[in-house]
Amino acid sequence: MAEKVLMKGNEAIAEAAIRAGCRHYFGYPITPQTELAAYMAKRMPKIGGVFLQAESEVSAINMVYGVAGTGLRVMTSSSSPGVSLKQEGISYIAGADLPALIVNVQRGGPGLGGIQPSQSDYFQATKGGGHGDYHLIVLAPASVQEMADLTATAFDLADKYRMPTMILADGTMGQMMEPVVLPEPYEAKSEKPWAVTGTKCEREHNIINSLYLVPEELEKVNFARFEKYKTIEENEVMYEEYMMDDAEYCIVAFGIAARVSKNAINAARAKGIKVGLIRPITLWPFPKDVINKAADKVKAFISVELSMGQMIEDVKLAQECKKPVYLCNRAGGMIPEPEEIIAKLEELEGGND
Amino acid sequence: MAVVFEKTKALTDAPLHYCPGCTHGIIHRLVAEAIDELGVLGKTIGVAPVGCSVMAYNYFACDMVEAAHGRAPAVATGLKRALPENVIFTYQGDGDLASIGMAETVHAATRNENITVIFVNNAIYGMTGGQMAPTSLPGQVTQTSPYGRDVKTVGFPIRVSEMLSALDGPEYIERVAVNNVKNVKAAKKAIKKAFENQINGKGFSLIEVVSSCPTNWGMTPKKALEWIDTNMIPYYPLGVYKDRSAVKEEK
Repeated sequence: MAEKVLMKGNEAIAEAAIRAGCRHYFGYPITPQTELAAYMAKRMPKIGGVFLQAESEVSAINMVYGVAGTGLRVMTSSSSPGVSLKQEGISYIAGADLPALIVNVQRGGPGLGGIQPSQSDYFQATKGGGHGDYHLIVLAPASVQEMADLTATAFDLADKYRMPTMILADGTMGQMMEPVVLPEPYEAKSEKPWAVTGTKCEREHNIINSLYLVPEELEKVNFARFEKYKTIEENEVMYEEYMMDDAEYCIVAFGIAARVSKNAINAARAKGIKVGLIRPITLWPFPKDVINKAADKVKAFISVELSMGQMIEDVKLAQECKKPVYLCNRAGGMIPEPEEIIAKLEELEGGND
Repeated sequence: MAVVFEKTKALTDAPLHYCPGCTHGIIHRLVAEAIDELGVLGKTIGVAPVGCSVMAYNYFACDMVEAAHGRAPAVATGLKRALPENVIFTYQGDGDLASIGMAETVHAATRNENITVIFVNNAIYGMTGGQMAPTSLPGQVTQTSPYGRDVKTVGFPIRVSEMLSALDGPEYIERVAVNNVKNVKAAKKAIKKAFENQINGKGFSLIEVVSSCPTNWGMTPKKALEWIDTNMIPYYPLGVYKDRSAVKEEK
């Protein structure tokens, strides 16, 4: 069996990216993703890779765009305010149908906000983020092990669907240390006939572009891209169910909020409250079906979030408002205590008596 | 029969969309000739800007990438770091390079990123209909400086070549013009050198090409070329502003 090592989440992403064949990293310093860039700065020069500290997040994402155009695996990482700056480039990467990985180790906002963990970039991550109609595949790890595993998944999905993917982590996931079994290094194999690598005067020139001045053409490109998104929604949804078999209440939570929720569920069950968890691992595509099915048997949903309530909208939509959805949240860098979730459940139980 | 002139291989057959009298056509041709003569068409990748030359990706026969406004040097950095054996160039206007993309320009230069930058300075935003550019001259009337560029409120034009040559990083900075045969010949030489520098691993070369925009300057093409001599070149003197290798040789 592969050896377990103790690592910070940020470092696990970096090492997993290298093992997934990523040799190009561009970033700009920001807390709390710092260790990721530092790890890359140390490792990349030793393995013939590129670590470059760009002059801004704007430049970093455009360097990513350049490498992505050549078909090589490439990534950037940042935290909330920095990811806002990257949105222009992410929109271009999506518009040019290029694979790339963007990591957001979220912190509290808006504005400069704080440096403590948050999930308040959910809307930005799952609804596109920049201008225009597009999505990213958004993966939400809930352990250091998943930080590593989902990094490889993110690269593979980016190549498979030729689109940008995002790991939406938060300050706790980035900073905390846990034992992790690192994925084995592998060589990604996928044909990229669209890449710009030089024509060698043997083929027509390739063009990486998102400009379509003829509206009929631009519409066609958008419709085709959304056909692809439909395929992804059908095939790539990932989630975890926890104690949902007999659940009367369903908590929906991702990342650190899901871990706190599991503690709350164990404690609530000891008190006789039948509650379970659906933990989206892909935030886009959102696990709509499983939530919709759960709505037929639970009394209510609780969306537990480190934000003022963003995912809650998707929980309502997923089950077409069949059952009420309550919010249990903290914001600004605060993390809900299991007791706060239990209190919410007890309040609901009381209301039902 | 001896061939004295032929179409460059580095340009496609697509008809250029530029206005009558615009000098982009000449500059495209010079870049293409340099690529042809150096025999690097098959390994060249160009980066198009946002601005009048946004569709340069249709005109150059090499692989092309369309960058966001001002980001071409960052995109080129990514390309060059991914494919160090390839030849990477950007083709940018003054709004793109010297306004919204100034940070990308300065930092690519200071890293001595081994790329070639073709900087077309016509002192105006052409594509959007003639707004004041960072290089618009004092007093120059544009759509957004209808009473003439007032340096007291909007500041002075930026002399990009002079500014970048103050950096330790870049290998080669030269300003040329394309308003007469003599200047076009000098421009060709400079552009070719900028590509040669990259092929020889010397680093960042930027050629500022002083050019015209008859449409948005509100002049005939001929008058616009004269205006380059009478107004542009006095503010933007032609010449080599930095040549690190030449300095080394002297030493």
